[in-house]
Amino acid sequence: MGTEFRESVSKAVNNANLTGALGKFSEAYKVNRAKAYEGIDFEELRGRIAEVKSDAASRLDQLSDLFEKNATARGAKVFRTSDPARVREYILKVAQENGVKTVVKSKSMATEEIHLNPYLEKAGIAVGETDLGEWIIQLAGQTPSHMVMPAIHMTKEEVSDLFSKEVNERLTSDIPRLVSVARNELRPKFLAADMGISGGNIAVAETGSIVLMTNEGNARLVTSLPKIHIALVGIEKLIANYADVATILKALPRSATAQLLTSYVSIITGPTPNTDGSLKDLHIILMDNRRSEMAADPKFKQALQCIRCASCLNVCPIFRLVGGHVFGKVYTGGIGTILTAWFDELKKSEDIQGLCIQCGACTDVCPGKIDIPGLIMEIRRRLVQDQGLPLLQSAIYSVVNNRKLFHGMLRAASVAGKPFATGKFLRHLPLFLADLTDGRSLPAIAGEPFRDRFKNITQSKCREKAAFYAGCLIDFAYPEMGEALVKILNKAGIEVIFPEEQTCCGAPARYNGAYEVAAGNAVDNIKALLAEDVNYVISACPTCTVALDHEFISTFESLGQTEWLPKAGELAAKTVDFSTLVKRLLDQGRLTLKEGQQLGAITYHDSCHLKRTLKVSEQPRELLHKAGYELKEMFECDTCCGMGGSYSMKLPEISAPILRRKLNNIKETGAKTVAMDCPGCVMQIRGGMDQDGATIQVKHTVELLAERLK
Amino acid sequence: MYEQFKVRAEGVSAEVHRFETKGAALEFLVRFLKDEGVSNIPGSYAVWADGPFLNETDRQLLFGLDGLKFQITRELSADARFGISQVDWALADTGTLVQDSTAIEQRLVSSLPTLHIAIAPTSGILPDMPTLLTRVTPANSGYIAMITGPSRTADIERVLTIGVHGPERLVIIFVDDLGGSN
Repeated sequence: MGTEFRESVSKAVNNANLTGALGKFSEAYKVNRAKAYEGIDFEELRGRIAEVKSDAASRLDQLSDLFEKNATARGAKVFRTSDPARVREYILKVAQENGVKTVVKSKSMATEEIHLNPYLEKAGIAVGETDLGEWIIQLAGQTPSHMVMPAIHMTKEEVSDLFSKEVNERLTSDIPRLVSVARNELRPKFLAADMGISGGNIAVAETGSIVLMTNEGNARLVTSLPKIHIALVGIEKLIANYADVATILKALPRSATAQLLTSYVSIITGPTPNTDGSLKDLHIILMDNRRSEMAADPKFKQALQCIRCASCLNVCPIFRLVGGHVFGKVYTGGIGTILTAWFDELKKSEDIQGLCIQCGACTDVCPGKIDIPGLIMEIRRRLVQDQGLPLLQSAIYSVVNNRKLFHGMLRAASVAGKPFATGKFLRHLPLFLADLTDGRSLPAIAGEPFRDRFKNITQSKCREKAAFYAGCLIDFAYPEMGEALVKILNKAGIEVIFPEEQTCCGAPARYNGAYEVAAGNAVDNIKALLAEDVNYVISACPTCTVALDHEFISTFESLGQTEWLPKAGELAAKTVDFSTLVKRLLDQGRLTLKEGQQLGAITYHDSCHLKRTLKVSEQPRELLHKAGYELKEMFECDTCCGMGGSYSMKLPEISAPILRRKLNNIKETGAKTVAMDCPGCVMQIRGGMDQDGATIQVKHTVELLAERLK
Repeated sequence: MYEQFKVRAEGVSAEVHRFETKGAALEFLVRFLKDEGVSNIPGSYAVWADGPFLNETDRQLLFGLDGLKFQITRELSADARFGISQVDWALADTGTLVQDSTAIEQRLVSSLPTLHIAIAPTSGILPDMPTLLTRVTPANSGYIAMITGPSRTADIERVLTIGVHGPERLVIIFVDDLGGSN
C-alpha cells in the first residue's frame, strides 16, 4: 500500500466533518431508501434492470448505430469515439467554430472522467458548473467526493467561506441563504452562456433520445437557454427501448436519494427551437473509453449494468468513514473502484481495491444486480497475476500452503504467545494474524488445539456422520466451539469425524488475490473432507462455509482448472453451516432444548458471509429464541464488524472505528450477551469488548446452544 | 387517482388545488396573483405561456391585472415572479406533472420564475410512468418535461433546501372541465 494512499486514508478517517456528515447520511439513507421502495418488489425490479442493461451491454455497437441513426434523423449531430482526447477536441472545435466564450454545465461524471473543464479553460473558455455541489467543489478547486452528492464532505461554514470570497461579502452559514446566493450568482451565467454541456442518465437507442434528471432544475436551463447543447454520454447508458426508461426511472431516484422521482426529468429528442425561432445546435457524443472492452470481458460485463445511483457508496461501511477522495479524482466507492480500474487503468486501482472489506452490503442494494465485491476480488486477482504478491505475503502463503508447517507454527505460537497473554487475550499473533491494532485484544492461541482435544472426546453410537471442518480459528483459538458442536450433533444422532488433513480454507489467500494458493488449499481440503463417506460437512465459520460451498468452485473456474471441479461440487452439496443444520434437526425433532428457560435479553450480530452469501439470518435467531433468550435487535445488526480477515491488520485505522460503532450498537440494546455465528466476528467483537472493559458476553451461537440441550 | 396525486405532490412540497370549472379556476388564479402582488415592475411580472386554458379564456377578464405578459422572452421570464403554463398529464404514483415542452416558452415560464403555476386537466391524471410512456413518445415530442415538486437541493450538509435554479413554489391547479390533450 502506498504511503500517500495511507496518508489520505488516515486524513479522511480523522476528518470529523467528513465522517460525521457521511455517518449521519448513511444512517438516514437506509431508512429513507426502504420507505421509497415501499410497495415495490425490488428483486423483480432489479432483475428487469439487470436484464435491460445486460442486453444493451451485449450489443453496444448495434445500439450505438441505432441511436446514431435515430438521433441524426431527428437533427442531432452524433459523434462517436472511444478516445477521451477526441471527445475533448470535438467539444473545443464546436466551441471555437461558434465563438463560444462561456459554457454552463450540468452534472456529468463522463466529463469528469475525461477532465474536460481544465482542457476548455486552458483554451480560454470559461466553464461554469451549475449543480450546486459541483459549483462548490469547482470554487474550492476540489474533485467530487461522491457521485451523486459531490460536496458531501464540506461543511456549511466551508461553503460560506467560499461563497463569501466569490461575492465579496461576508456571508453567514445559513443554508437557505447560501443556496439563494448560488441561485443569484449562477442565473446571469445561465443567461449569458453560449453553450450548455450535460451528461445523460439514459440514452434510448430506439428513439435517439437522452434522458436527464436533476433536482435543482439546472439541466433544464443548461439544455434550454444556450443555443448549443452538447451531451456527453458513456455508451453504457444506452438502452434499447423507450418503454424501459420507466424501469430505470423507477429505481434510479429511489436508490440514489430515496426519492420517488427527481424534481425534473427531461427526455430530449433532436433539437428544439430557441426563442428567436432558430433551432438548437444539438450534439450528442457517445463515448466508449474501454466500455466495449469491458463488455467483452465475461467477468466485468456486468459492471455495465450500473445506473450510477451510488447506493453502493451509501451503504458501504468503509465509504462512510473515508469518503470519496481517497478513491481518486473521478469515480468513487465500490463501483468507482471497478470503473477506475477500467476507464483509467488497472494499476490505479491497486490501493483502492484494498479498501473493500468484502462484506457484501452493496450487493443487497445494487439496482443493477452487480456483484461489486466479486468484481473487486477479480481486480485483486488480476493485479496479483500481473504484478505478483508482495514479498511478505508470498512468504506467508508459502507457509499457509504447507499444512504441517503452518499448523506447526500455530502450535509454536501458543507457546511463544504465552508471555504476552493477559487473561484470555494477547497482543501479538504470528503470520496473517499478526500486527494487531489498538482497540482490540486478540485471543491467545489455545494451549491444545481442537485437533488434539478431539481425540479425547468419546462419542456415542450414531446413525449419521458429519465431517467437521473447523477452520483455523476454531481449531487453534476457540477449540471449545468445536467441542460444543460435537456435543450438539451427537445428541441429534450424528457422529462427528475430524479429518486431520484439513487445512486453511484459502479465504485469506483468495481475498488477497492469491488464487493459486487458494486453489492449493481447496484441493487439500477436498481430499481430506471427502476421504470418508459422510452425510454432512459442517462448519461453524461462515467464511469457511462459503469457501467450501462456493469459492472452491469459483477459484478453480477463475484459474481455468477443471480437474477438481466435480469433487468441489460434491463437497459443496454436502456443506452446511452450523445454524442451518441445527435448526433443521430441531424442526425434525432430532434435538430438543430445555423448556421454559428465561435467559434474558440477547442481541444477534449478523456475520457478512452468513447473511449475504449463505442467506442465513433467521435460523440462529430462532434457535436462540427457542433456547429461551429474548432477542433485542441492535441498530445495523447486519453491518460488518470490521474484521474482514486480514483486513483489520492491513487497515486498522478503518477497522477500528467500524468496530467501535458495532460495540456501541451492541451496548445500546442493553443485552448482556451478544451472539454470532462466526469465530472471526467473535475474535473482533470479543477483543473489542475486552479492551472496552464492557461486561458483555460475546459468544458463538454454538456455545450458547450446547448449554441448553435437553 | 386525484387523491393519490395530491398526497404525493404535497409530499414533495407542491401546492394542489382542484376546480370543477374553468371559470372557478380562473377566478382562483386571478385572486392568487393579486394576493401575491403581481405587478408591472421587473421581478413581479407573471408570464403566461400558450395553452388551451388560456386560449379559451376571455382575456378581458384579465385586464385588471397588471404585469401579466403573454409574449414570452428569456428576459421577461427571468424578470418574472410568476410563470403560468398548462401541463398535459399528471402521474398519480409520484405526484409528477408532465408536459410536451418542445416549445421553449413552456420551459422558460416553468423554470426561470420563482413561482410556477401549472394548470392541469383532471382527466390527464395517469396512474404511473409506464402508462405515460405509451401516451407521449419522442415521436410526438422533442422535449418531454416532467416536474415533481419545486426545485430542490441537499448539496450543503444534506439539508433539504427548496428553490435552487428552478421555482421555489409549485402551485398546481386541476380543472375538471378542461378536456386536455388525451
